[in-house]
Amino acid sequence: MLVMIRVSDLSYSYTAGHRVKFSDFTIDKGAHWLLLGESGSGKTTLLHLLGGLLKSQQGIIEVKGTDITKLTESNLDRFRGKHYGFIFQRNHLISALCVKKNLLMAPFLAGLDQDDERVEKVLSQLGLDQKENSKINELSYGQAQRVAIARAVINKPSLILADEPTSALDDKNCDKVIDLLLEVASQNNATLVVATHDQRLKSKIKNQIQL
Amino acid sequence: MNLFSLVWNYLKAKPFNTILNIFLLALGIAVITILLLFNNQLQQKITENSKGIDLVIGAKGSPLQLILCNIFHVDFPTGNIKLNEAERFAKHRLVKKAIPLALGDSYKNFRIVGTNQDYTDLYGSELEQGIWWKEDLDVVAGAGVAEALGLEIGDKFASSHGLTTDGSDHDNAMYVVKGILKRKGNVLDNLLFTNIASVWKVHHAHEEDRKEHATDSIADPSPIVPSVSRGDSTKEITSLLIQYRNPIAALQLPRIINGQSNMQAASPAFETARLFSILGVGVDVLMGFAYVLIFISGLSIFIALYNSLKERQYDLAIMRTMGASRSKLFISIVMEGGALTFIGSVFGILLGHAVLFVFTQLVDASEKTGVSAFVFYKEELFILLGSVALGKICSLIPAWQAYRTDIHKVLAGS
Repeated sequence: MLVMIRVSDLSYSYTAGHRVKFSDFTIDKGAHWLLLGESGSGKTTLLHLLGGLLKSQQGIIEVKGTDITKLTESNLDRFRGKHYGFIFQRNHLISALCVKKNLLMAPFLAGLDQDDERVEKVLSQLGLDQKENSKINELSYGQAQRVAIARAVINKPSLILADEPTSALDDKNCDKVIDLLLEVASQNNATLVVATHDQRLKSKIKNQIQL
Repeated sequence: MNLFSLVWNYLKAKPFNTILNIFLLALGIAVITILLLFNNQLQQKITENSKGIDLVIGAKGSPLQLILCNIFHVDFPTGNIKLNEAERFAKHRLVKKAIPLALGDSYKNFRIVGTNQDYTDLYGSELEQGIWWKEDLDVVAGAGVAEALGLEIGDKFASSHGLTTDGSDHDNAMYVVKGILKRKGNVLDNLLFTNIASVWKVHHAHEEDRKEHATDSIADPSPIVPSVSRGDSTKEITSLLIQYRNPIAALQLPRIINGQSNMQAASPAFETARLFSILGVGVDVLMGFAYVLIFISGLSIFIALYNSLKERQYDLAIMRTMGASRSKLFISIVMEGGALTFIGSVFGILLGHAVLFVFTQLVDASEKTGVSAFVFYKEELFILLGSVALGKICSLIPAWQAYRTDIHKVLAGS
């Protein structure tokens, strides 16, 4: 098994002064993991650190063999665009753009080829065939979430980071979304890391890191 | 997807904001464009029309009126001057050329100018058809007059006194159209030309039926009007257009004329400059108004971008997670400001030309000034570039905020 993420001696100091120390862990390629913890436990901080969205930490975060803490900002931007897919609790789609253009933003900003066929394929995988040219505010919440998932996987990332993807959903939709995430991650051979306080996910993903 | 598409979609997402900003800027730019077109063309026409004329000698009165009347043919004559007094300066050592004008009559609002061919030569006029005026009562029509009145070679008409159609007609002497000039786009297009003797003849015939002397019987002809003898004290003309022989003339001649005769001399260059400085006040006020409009539109663009950035901070953060660099976000915001002002100024320039076009269609007098809506100046390119620069400057602060977006804080703050 190849290692996707290796974290060692990682700690982060908040501006308020208190400091969180994270225990060392490694995540294998293609594995699915949960980062569990209550609000304020630092799981979003850890997820952002893993995603290179947050800097000024101590320790080492290796992703695909690269220590991302050592990358310059512009190299980190490029690295993130190429290898990561993000999903957030709120979907944060760009409402000025239609569904298709929202998806194409990912390869455009990552500097990759914009492949219409790939867009169609991902949309149909997620049951959104007819929504290519829809406006974002015409979508239901569930559809918007699926578009956000589509956007996260369109570049075939090796690593998908999800922050509280299910906490706003009822049980039925929670099941649906996590199943979809797992399925899409497997289809794209991506490693999936979900940060959540949602206890319902414990039964779905066996690998867990408790914060 | 590309940056243009992104910027365009953001502009389209807020149509009212976008239209307001474009419209505000377009208004300001349109005012500037109209002033630019009008001012430039007017100055150009004025320079063209007064080209080669250094000084105008006429009866005492307003020097500006003298210039307006004898060069641009828009005002009434200041009065007449005696032919024998004018002769004194026609052959002066400081004068290279002197062209006499006899004004005062018109035909259907178009002015009849009694002069010699030196006048049309001065403007490089050529005949479209027919021949130059030779005999008394021969008339050559400017292209604009011929077109407006449908004049053709051989047509006869009686002139009327003054510049109105309801003036008393001199119907005892009929002018005959002998030639029509090519269109030159200057003041000559709207004039009718004859010799000076004809103007006298029409007037004298009106007063008393006196026979004119035949030209060949005059032993010592006047240097101005060869058909009368030198020193004739009864004949009068309206003015004398002077070309200086040398630069010293510019210093001496006006002083000699204004001091040693009961005529006055006025310089076209000086008087038109004075006219423009008077008009300039109005132009400045309009310009100021235009700049206020542009300033407000700049401010409006700044505020619109600044506010929209607050709504868009999630968009910006998400774009960063997808690999967008800080500078890409900065550029996209600056492009948005630039695109707004680019569209606004293109629209404004077109609007300016359109308004001028409508103006030239509706106002007859504008045709006489020769102002056209279909002339483009390179200053308009500067306006365009300046506007784009304005848009970019107005978007610098919002773009800097986009640049500084803290991804973690925005995304974790939700």
